[in-house]
Amino acid sequence: MKQEYFYHISDAVQELCKAQEQCTLYLSAENSDFIRFNHAMVRQPGSVSQQSISVRLIHDNKHVSSTVNLTGILERDKAKLVPMMERLRAQLKIVPADPHFLINTQVTSTSHIDEPTTHSAMDMVDDIIEKCSGLDMVGILANGSITKGFANSFGQRNWFHTNNFNFDWSFVENTDKAVKTSYAGQQWNSQEFQKIVNTAKIKLEALRLPPVTLDPGAYRVALSPGALWEILEVVAWGGFGLKSQKTKVSPLLKLVEKERALSPMFSMRENTKEGSSPSFQSDGFISPDSVSLVENGAYHSALVSPRSAKEFGVSTNGASGYEMPHSIDVAAGDIPSSQMLKRLGTGIDISNLWYLNFSDRSNCGITGMTRFATLWVEDGVIKGPINPMRFDDTVYSLLGENLLGLTQERSFLLSASSYFERSTGSARLPGALIKDMRFTL
Amino acid sequence: MPSTLEQRFQEALPKGLSFCSLRYSSECTNIVSVQKGVLQPIKEHDDHGLMITVHHNGGLGYAATIDDSVSGIRAAIEKATTWAEHSAKHALFSTDTIALSHPTGTFETPVQRSWDTLSLEQKITMLHDVDGRLGIDDRIVDHSASLMHVAHQSLYLTSGGGRVEQRFSFMAPDINAVANQGSQTQVRSFGSRGMSQQGGLEVLDRVRFLEAPEQIAQEAILLLEAPNCPTGTMSVILMPDQLMLQLHESIGHPLELDRILGDERNYAGTSFVTLDMFGSYQYGSSLLNVTFDPDQDREFATYAYDDHGTKATKEFLIRNGILERPLGGTISQKRAKIAGVANSRSSSWNRPPIDRMANINIEPGESTLNELISGVERGILMRTNKSWSIDDSRNKFQFGCEFGEYIENGEIKHVVKNSNYKGISASFWRSLSGVGNGDTFEVLGTPHCGKGEPNQVIRVGHATPACRFDNIETFGGAS
Repeated sequence: MKQEYFYHISDAVQELCKAQEQCTLYLSAENSDFIRFNHAMVRQPGSVSQQSISVRLIHDNKHVSSTVNLTGILERDKAKLVPMMERLRAQLKIVPADPHFLINTQVTSTSHIDEPTTHSAMDMVDDIIEKCSGLDMVGILANGSITKGFANSFGQRNWFHTNNFNFDWSFVENTDKAVKTSYAGQQWNSQEFQKIVNTAKIKLEALRLPPVTLDPGAYRVALSPGALWEILEVVAWGGFGLKSQKTKVSPLLKLVEKERALSPMFSMRENTKEGSSPSFQSDGFISPDSVSLVENGAYHSALVSPRSAKEFGVSTNGASGYEMPHSIDVAAGDIPSSQMLKRLGTGIDISNLWYLNFSDRSNCGITGMTRFATLWVEDGVIKGPINPMRFDDTVYSLLGENLLGLTQERSFLLSASSYFERSTGSARLPGALIKDMRFTL
Repeated sequence: MPSTLEQRFQEALPKGLSFCSLRYSSECTNIVSVQKGVLQPIKEHDDHGLMITVHHNGGLGYAATIDDSVSGIRAAIEKATTWAEHSAKHALFSTDTIALSHPTGTFETPVQRSWDTLSLEQKITMLHDVDGRLGIDDRIVDHSASLMHVAHQSLYLTSGGGRVEQRFSFMAPDINAVANQGSQTQVRSFGSRGMSQQGGLEVLDRVRFLEAPEQIAQEAILLLEAPNCPTGTMSVILMPDQLMLQLHESIGHPLELDRILGDERNYAGTSFVTLDMFGSYQYGSSLLNVTFDPDQDREFATYAYDDHGTKATKEFLIRNGILERPLGGTISQKRAKIAGVANSRSSSWNRPPIDRMANINIEPGESTLNELISGVERGILMRTNKSWSIDDSRNKFQFGCEFGEYIENGEIKHVVKNSNYKGISASFWRSLSGVGNGDTFEVLGTPHCGKGEPNQVIRVGHATPACRFDNIETFGGAS
C-alpha cells in the first residue's frame, strides 16, 4: 500500500462527509511471506497481501465506524465508500451521544518509512535450509512490509511503513528439549545469521546431558529476557491500563493502591521512541516518547486511551483502546550477563516460559510452564535440562522481595506474533536473578 | 458472494498444475455492547478475500489477496505456483502423494430469526436492559452486556471442478459483572463468550441470555463473601462451561495430528500422544466417549466440508476410554498414514488450513446432576473457566474457575472463591467417575482458539454433560 493511495482514499472519504461531520481513517496493511519449517524442510510457504481501513464518522459527539478491506484498485475501493458512508450516516441517527468519546483536534502529522529489504524470502529460505542442515529445525520465517496510516478531516496525516523479517525457530534435541532462537531485522545478513545458528548449536549441547526431574518447591532462578517478557505480557492483560485499574480488575491493583510494592530495582516504561511500533494510534493520538509505568518498584502512571481519558477526566497518553504496552522497556541492573550463571550458583536457568495465566488475579498470582532450554545449574555449572515444571507464584514475589538483580545488558526482542496481522510489538529487557520461584507440579 | 467468481477463476487458471484451489471467504462481524449504561463504539468489520493454493511438481504454495479480479486471481496463482516450485526442492513431503478431492456441496446454518430481524436500536435497548439489571449492589463496580454476530460465507473451487458453498451465522453473547471490596475483585461472566452457537437471534433464547444478568451479579457478590476454595485432594464436578475448556486443552489439542507430527513444536507445542497409541491407549475411564461431531446443527463449529474440501462426518475419537482416532485432515493423514477427520481449517482467507479442533464433544452418560453430587464425600463443583495453562505436550495443566461450590457428604454446602485445580492429562481422564445425562448436557463454543504459524484464532464448539472426577488436587487463592 502506497502512501499516496491511502491519501487518495482519505480525500475521497472526506469528500463524502457533509457539513458538520468529521471523519477519521486508520489503515492497517501488510505484504507478508510466511514460510513454515519442520524437520529443517519447508512445510507450508505462501504470501499474504491485505489492507483494510477503519472509517469513523463523527457528528455532534456521536460516532460510528466501519472497517472494510481495500483491493488497491482505486475506482473499486472508492465505489465501496459510498454505501459505507450512507450506512454509517444512518447509524449516526440511532446511536446516542457518547460521553466517553474524545476526538483529536490537535493536528500532528508524522511519517516513518524504512528502506526496502534487499533479500527475497526465497533467498532467505535457501540460506536457512543450508545452515540448518542436519538439525531438527522447526519454526517460521515472516518477511515483508507492515504499514499503518491515519488521516482525519482536521488535516492530520500519519504514515508508518516498515520492512522486516523475523525468523523464529527451534532446534529440537528430542521431544520437549529444544533451543528457541530468533533472528529479526531489516536486512538479512548471512554471516550474522550463521553466528546466531552457531550460538544455538552450542546451547543445544547442554540439552544432550541427562535430563533432571525436580521436586516441587522453591528454587533460585535466572530468567532470560525472553522469559521475563512472558511474565510481563501476562501482567499487561489489564495491568497497566487506566480502565482496568479504575474498574478494579487490574492484577496490579495492590501496587496501584500502594498495598504492595515491587523491588526498588524494577522500573518499567512504555518506550515508544525506541520501540518498533508506530507513534500514533487508531484515533490519531500521538504517544509520548516514553511513559513511566513502574518506577523503582512503585506504581507511577497508567496507559490511558482516549476513551479512558474522557471517562476518568485525565489526559490521554496515546494508548490504544486495549491500553497494553507495545514497546516494553525494563531498566537494566548491575549483573554482567557473563556472570549470570555464577551468580545463580545452584538453581534453574530458564530460557523460556510458556502458557502463562493468572492463578490469583487479585494478588497478581501467575502460573505457567518452563519450556525449551531450561537447565539445572550447580555451582554455576550446567548439569542438564530439566523436565518441564509448572510454577505458580506472584509478581510481587518474583519481581519484588525475591528479585536479587537484573543484568547490565538488555536484549531487544521483536514480537513474532501474527494473529490477524503481523505485530509491531517489541521489548527491551534485561535478564533477572530471583531468589525463590515456587514450582508446584 | 461475488458473482462470476467461478468464471474468473476458470479464466485465470493456467494449464498444467497438478492441483489448484480458490478459497473465498467473507465475514461481516458486528459487535454491539453496553458497559455501565454507556453504549460502547459499535464494531462493524467486513473482511473478505481469497486464498489460492497450488500443488505443483511435488511442492505446494499459497497466495492470499483481496483483489478478486481476473488479474488479481492470476497474480495470486502465479505467486502460489512460484512458491510451489521453490518449495519442491526443500519440501517436507511431496504433494505428488496427496490427492485433494474435488467435492461439490453446500451448507447453511439453520436460522430461525436472523440478526437483522432486530434493528440496531432494538439491540441497543435490549443490551441496556441486560446491562442495567447487573447493577444490583454498590459493590458491582463494573458490568457489561454484548452481542457479537458474524455472517460468514465461503466458496471453495478447485481446478478439477470442485465447488463447495457454505454459509454460516455465528452468535456470541456475553455478560460480565465485576464485584469489588477493598483490593479483592471477583468477576462473574456468561461463560466468557463460551455460550457461542450457530444460529440467529434464537440463540439468545436457547442460552437464556435475557434471564441471566441478576444471577450473574448475585454470584459475583457471593464470591466476594465466600471463603477460598480449600486445598486438598478431593472430587471435582466440572459443569459444561468448565469441562469444555478441560476437554479442549487436554483432549482436543493433544489429539491434533499436526502437533503429533511436530509442525507446532516451535509455537503451540507437541503432544504426549504418539502415533502408536491409537487403537489401544487407555485415555480415560470406560465412561469416557469423545466425538468429533460436525453434524450438531447449532454447535459453533458445525460444517459440511473442511477447507480442503473433505466431507465432514461424525467420528469417535475416544470410545469407552480407548483412544481411536486423531484430529488430522487429509494432508496429515497421508503423512502419518492413519485415518483422521475432516478438520483442515483456516481462521480466514488470509491463513492456510491446518489441523484444528471443530466440534469436540463428550457424549452424555446416565447420571443426573444430583447423583453426581450425592456421590461426593468431599469436593468442589466448579463453573466457568477463568484461567487456563497447560504444558507444551498438553499434559501438566492448571485451571481456574469463576464459581465454585463446596460439597460435603453428597450435599452442596456453600460457595467458594478462587477455585483452582491441577493435574496431568494422562491420568486425569482415568479418574472420571461419573458422566451426566442429557439433562446436564450443554452445547457451548468459543470464538477464541489460538494456534499455528502464522498465528490463527478459530471458532470451536464443545458440547458436554457435567462430569465428576475423583482424587483431584484443588486449591484457592491467597487469603
